[in-house]
Amino acid sequence: MKAFLMYRDRDLDLQRELPLNEPALTQDLELNTLFNAMARGDNFIFEVARKTVLSSLSDLDTIFYRQDILKDCLKNPLIAKDIYDLAVESIESKNKHYYWFFGSHASPSSILSTSVAMMQTLIVFLKKLKNMAEDHADKFESVGFTTLFEMLKRELSDEYFATIQNHLKELKFRNGVLMAAELGKGNKGTNYVLRQSSDQKQSWLARIFPRKPPGFTFRIPPRDEMGARALGELKARGINLVANALAQSVDHILSFFNLLKTEMAFYIGCLNLHGYLAEKGEPTCFPLPVAPGERRERFNGLYDVCLALSLKQRVVGNDVDADDKDLVIITGANQGGKSTFLRSIGLAQLMMQCGMFAPAESFCANICDGLFTHYKREEDVTMSSGKLDEELSRMSDIADNVSTNSLLLLNESFAATNEREGSEIARQIISALLEKRIKIFYVTHLYELAHGFYDKRMANAIFLRAERQADGERTFKIIEAAPLETSYGVDLYNSIFRGSGIAH
Amino acid sequence: MAFYSILFEKTEDRIKTEAIEAPVFFLDLNLDQVIEAIVAGRQEYNLKPFFYTSLGDIKAINYRQEIMRDLENKVLFDIITSFAEKMRAMRTHLTLADKLYYKYQKERMFLDAISIYCDAVNCLAHDLSLIELKSRGFLAFREYLANYAESIHFTSLLTETKKLLDDLGSVKYSLLIKGDSVQVRKYEPGIDYSVEVEETFEKFKQGAVKDYQAEFSDGISMNHVEARVLDFVTKLYPDIFSNLDDYCARNANYLDETIGVFDREIQFYVAYLEYLAKLRQAGLKFCYPQISMESKEVYDYEGFDLALAHKLINENSSIVCNDFYLKDKERIFVVSGPNQGGKTTFARTFGQLHYLASLGCPVPGKEARLFMFDRVFTHFEKEEKINNLRGKLQDDLVRIYDILDQATPNSIIIMNEIFTSTTLKDAVFLGKKIMEKIIELDLLCVFVTFIVELASLSEKTVSMVSTVVPENPALRTYKIVRSPADGLAYALSIAEKYRLTYDYLKERLKS
Repeated sequence: MKAFLMYRDRDLDLQRELPLNEPALTQDLELNTLFNAMARGDNFIFEVARKTVLSSLSDLDTIFYRQDILKDCLKNPLIAKDIYDLAVESIESKNKHYYWFFGSHASPSSILSTSVAMMQTLIVFLKKLKNMAEDHADKFESVGFTTLFEMLKRELSDEYFATIQNHLKELKFRNGVLMAAELGKGNKGTNYVLRQSSDQKQSWLARIFPRKPPGFTFRIPPRDEMGARALGELKARGINLVANALAQSVDHILSFFNLLKTEMAFYIGCLNLHGYLAEKGEPTCFPLPVAPGERRERFNGLYDVCLALSLKQRVVGNDVDADDKDLVIITGANQGGKSTFLRSIGLAQLMMQCGMFAPAESFCANICDGLFTHYKREEDVTMSSGKLDEELSRMSDIADNVSTNSLLLLNESFAATNEREGSEIARQIISALLEKRIKIFYVTHLYELAHGFYDKRMANAIFLRAERQADGERTFKIIEAAPLETSYGVDLYNSIFRGSGIAH
Repeated sequence: MAFYSILFEKTEDRIKTEAIEAPVFFLDLNLDQVIEAIVAGRQEYNLKPFFYTSLGDIKAINYRQEIMRDLENKVLFDIITSFAEKMRAMRTHLTLADKLYYKYQKERMFLDAISIYCDAVNCLAHDLSLIELKSRGFLAFREYLANYAESIHFTSLLTETKKLLDDLGSVKYSLLIKGDSVQVRKYEPGIDYSVEVEETFEKFKQGAVKDYQAEFSDGISMNHVEARVLDFVTKLYPDIFSNLDDYCARNANYLDETIGVFDREIQFYVAYLEYLAKLRQAGLKFCYPQISMESKEVYDYEGFDLALAHKLINENSSIVCNDFYLKDKERIFVVSGPNQGGKTTFARTFGQLHYLASLGCPVPGKEARLFMFDRVFTHFEKEEKINNLRGKLQDDLVRIYDILDQATPNSIIIMNEIFTSTTLKDAVFLGKKIMEKIIELDLLCVFVTFIVELASLSEKTVSMVSTVVPENPALRTYKIVRSPADGLAYALSIAEKYRLTYDYLKERLKS
């Protein structure tokens, strides 16, 4: 039995390794803000959100599969929450009622008796879940949910529950433990096989005059403690396998609930985030992903979801049509929204590729095989040569891991050296990456670099600029425009220094 | 040809008393480390004496080289390995039979030991019959083994062992445990209830979960409850167990002595080849040296120090190989150059190659010709500081005198950095004097020294130098060459250092 709410045919694997550049992505895109909003204080949801968002899907089918399930959840938020809560409760029952925590010295008989009791409890939860499936099946449309509900109805019949009860009764061994054995190494007994004690099925006549098989009987004397222990071990060999089978079955059922909980946690996280954004009146949409080989980047009202979550007022959305472009160079005023814009690109890409909604009125982009960020790091500014070293070393790591159709976001990269050198290094790197068909967004002040590419009139490049109005006021809007030589540092200087009354 | 031993063709070659002590030069040449690594994990065979004794004549060396070459065939090697494993298992069973307390456990262990022995002999005889052998040693052994395996003695042992094992294997019984009573009774067939329970819950399977099976002491010995159960089982099957008693009494001396000795001696080859395998995997080469009694024109290409190579491979470091050759009248390598450049390693390599060749073993290098020496002498400066320098110099000279006194034109002398703590004038003087003696003896010698004057003393000396990268003298190449090599200077730009220029990056993104 599987939940299959994240993939059509496999489980969500939280142990899967995250991409190597996970720390950089988390830092550069401020992903923890996003995860916190999804978690609403639930550490488990935080972890699931983190793993899911960072492990981007690369196939369209699974993205749509999740989008449909998420749509069902947005339609039936309370039922979704109930399913999640039931899974949580069933898992917690192991802590509440039983010590499901065997040391290495637990005997098979104690494992068996605990497993029997634990199984009784889990059956109750399974029945509840099955009832939920029967009651609400008609409200769900996604393939994921309908398949899950049908599976529950099919597998968990009343007869099946009755069979389980019979076994649980038999496993108390009222008539003693009967087993078959052979001689193994050193003539020591081996291959102990448990038999169902036949007494149950005998007639009353057979019970009064039992047809005794020829045999020899001995008893352990009351004070022979070693003997009692040895006898216990002999019995343990007989029930070892059945104790293991039942204990593992308990674990399997628990891990079914665990998977259900884990996979539902993602959607609960999406519901939580959606709640925040809806409250603020920020728009969301289901994005349209296209194949990795295509070049699409077209959106309306795209905003930085992390900024939206940390500001009271609504944030500025951007409209861009960068379809068929491999290179997007963004220049313009400081504090003009370039970094925010770059981050919104990365965030929307990640959200789309995990099956979530996008923070925009509409969003369409090609899937990327790996998202990479190369941001200027503010720390260690002490030695400028050391800093270029550090930037190049990070770039080299990226070069080791990028592939065709990767998406690379560069923010003020290679500004650690003078403009001529920085531009030349960047030019060589970008040229090589473009030839490998890597999609690049580059926020830069390197005028020589930006203009160098602009002058080439490449069909697959587009130039964006942080808008500035005639009076120097920033709108935080990003528009399509050729790179300008100045970056309006003067503005910044003026506003800061005037404000403080130092400038004349 | 009658088979005698896989290590010695003739009875008189056999080591009379096996050497317990390593030869004195082992420590200097690091051969102690090499042999230690070779015999590691094979203490039970006591192989060291074989490695402590060099062979005195070329025929004896050839006898072993042939066998070693045969064993380089992976198929034969595996055959021998599997034979050895079985013999090992047999011994383990015998040891256990000794240790166990209950009679029917002892007897069963003994039966198993013989069964493993029969299997070992049969498999080996069968496998050897299918494989092409060239060495005199293996051919003779194969013949011996074939005769033994067909002897009445052996075949009847085999039949009897099989029959008893089958009988014991057929013993089955039922146990009913209720409260403090145990009933042992005739076997009753039925279904495996554990399987039935497991099948009921099959649908919940979710991949790997914890294993809750209790671990029972895997020890072979039984407690008294198990012993009583076994007692009752013997009563259920009286004939089988009385046959077992009888069998054990009759077969106490089942092991053939020649086969027992073969099992030990063949490990000399197996151990050595297994040691080589790891080094070969790292791309190092080994060859069967040509051994000469007359010509001192020795050479080896792509040789290396075995002890060092073994260590470096474990550290995943690369190994530098070196070539050497002596032509015409050349006899003496005078090795000089910067420290830590591989000079001592070169000297050890020369000594190791000759010694290992004298055991009949393949040696480091892709092609080698070596000399049939009578003795090896080494003198390495000891690291420990002795305060009394004069006392030390005196000790050194006494040692060197002894060496020159005992050495013959057929000996090998390896001198490593002597006279480092005397004055330069003394060192040059003494060095020349000693070198003259060596030249006079016309023997093969490696002389590692800082005294460059010694390098061009005679037509018998060859100057060898350890080398460095010229631009960065801190970098050693570990190459020892007849003349110093030149390097090329190049500066790396910072982007090149990270291989991020356009050309580099294009290359990196190719895959």
